[in-house]
Amino acid sequence: MTVLISAKQLTRYYGKHCAVNNVSFSLARGQILGFLGENGAGKTTTLQMLCGNLAPSSGEILINGFDMLTQPKLAKRSLGYVPDTPPLYKELSVDEFLRYCAQLHGVPKADITAAVQLAKQRCGLSEVANRLIGVLSKGFQQRIGIAQAIVHNPDVIVLDEPTVGLDPLQIIEIRSLIRELGQEHGVIFSTHILSEVQEVCTDVMIIQQGACVLNARIDELPAEKSLETIFIDLMQAQ
Amino acid sequence: MNMILVIAVREFKTLFLSPLAWTILAILQFILAFLFLKQVETFIMIQPQLATMDNAPSLTDITVTPLFGIAAIILLLVTPLLTMRLICEERRNKTLSLLLSAPLSNTDIIIGKYLGSLGLLALIVLLITLMPLSLLIGGTLDFGKLFANLLALLLLAGAFSSLGLFMSCVAGHPTVAAMGAFGALFLLWILDWSAGLTDKPSELFKYLSTLRHFQNIQSGLINTADIAYFMLFISLFILLSIRRLDKEHLQK
Repeated sequence: MTVLISAKQLTRYYGKHCAVNNVSFSLARGQILGFLGENGAGKTTTLQMLCGNLAPSSGEILINGFDMLTQPKLAKRSLGYVPDTPPLYKELSVDEFLRYCAQLHGVPKADITAAVQLAKQRCGLSEVANRLIGVLSKGFQQRIGIAQAIVHNPDVIVLDEPTVGLDPLQIIEIRSLIRELGQEHGVIFSTHILSEVQEVCTDVMIIQQGACVLNARIDELPAEKSLETIFIDLMQAQ
Repeated sequence: MNMILVIAVREFKTLFLSPLAWTILAILQFILAFLFLKQVETFIMIQPQLATMDNAPSLTDITVTPLFGIAAIILLLVTPLLTMRLICEERRNKTLSLLLSAPLSNTDIIIGKYLGSLGLLALIVLLITLMPLSLLIGGTLDFGKLFANLLALLLLAGAFSSLGLFMSCVAGHPTVAAMGAFGALFLLWILDWSAGLTDKPSELFKYLSTLRHFQNIQSGLINTADIAYFMLFISLFILLSIRRLDKEHLQK
């Protein structure tokens, strides 16, 4: 298995407050890593560092073998990122926006139409292709956010709470999309919902007050305990 | 280079998706056309007197120079409005992360944004130039002077938008960016006035004033020093903008 993400001893301070403390993990192709933690535990900060939006105070991030700090352009080539608020230009149509994203990620001109087509199809956006993003519902906007991250077929996909604010049917759709993506890519996503991790992920990582308290394969977890009890035990142990 | 172009084209097109660009184009054309007609009328009225004068000002002097002078002042007001949202709004709408996590350097982002907004300003300047060109139907123009005016206004627009872009990188809200850019531009514009107040005018203030360099080029004396001033001005603020964006991911 090829290692796609390797994060070593990531630490991030906001002023004196330590948001992420010495977190290390790695992700291989075919893995789906669920990233759990309370509000303010440091999930978003960690993901922002992975995607080069935030510089770590110390530590090292390798994406597909390229260092995010010294070779950001090469590292970002293999990366698709859906932030907690999907970055959408509301005045563009879905097609225009996805074409722009494909261009930004350096998809060759000849392949753009096919890439946009595939991304739309995977995220169920074909019927709204010509609508303006601003008039679409939250569920559609969330899906455009995901389409934007997969349009250039990256090796690593990072999703920050992709199912927040969606209706149950949409949640199921997004989950199956993530599962599908996990087969050929490495996926890492953060969430509050424990059952989601159990259902979708191959690996789980729990972070508490900036420190990693659990990093394991789902099938290695003790079978008699549910993820929920493990999570609560860990939180109370602190 | 390719990426710079992608961002620039997107930015240029986006400007036309909002009513702002169209409004500015329409109002600007209207005001300047009014002024232009006034100048042409003046010329027609004083034409008999001009015919008797030695070294009389030409049609170009009477119509083009005042037109571009007024256009410069209007651009001073308008450019901050066009540049205020460049980076600032992306940050507020959280769309900046799209650019930050794409394989682009901050230089690509800043220069792309700059060229996009400059594209609209260049369009404005070209539309203004069309007015005096219409005089060719019944008169002759001094093309050297017209070119000097065009160049002066383009350089000025370039300088204005570089400062506007920098303010947009710094400010947290577009209106603050617009206000900051307007204040700084206006100050630089009037810096020359203070030079005339004392017996010994400050050479530094005289050099820093945009108005002075603009008028030098406008008069037809295209001097390397004035061109260099604008080039330095533009590079300085583009460089500062890139530095500011580099700091973005160190924030908080």
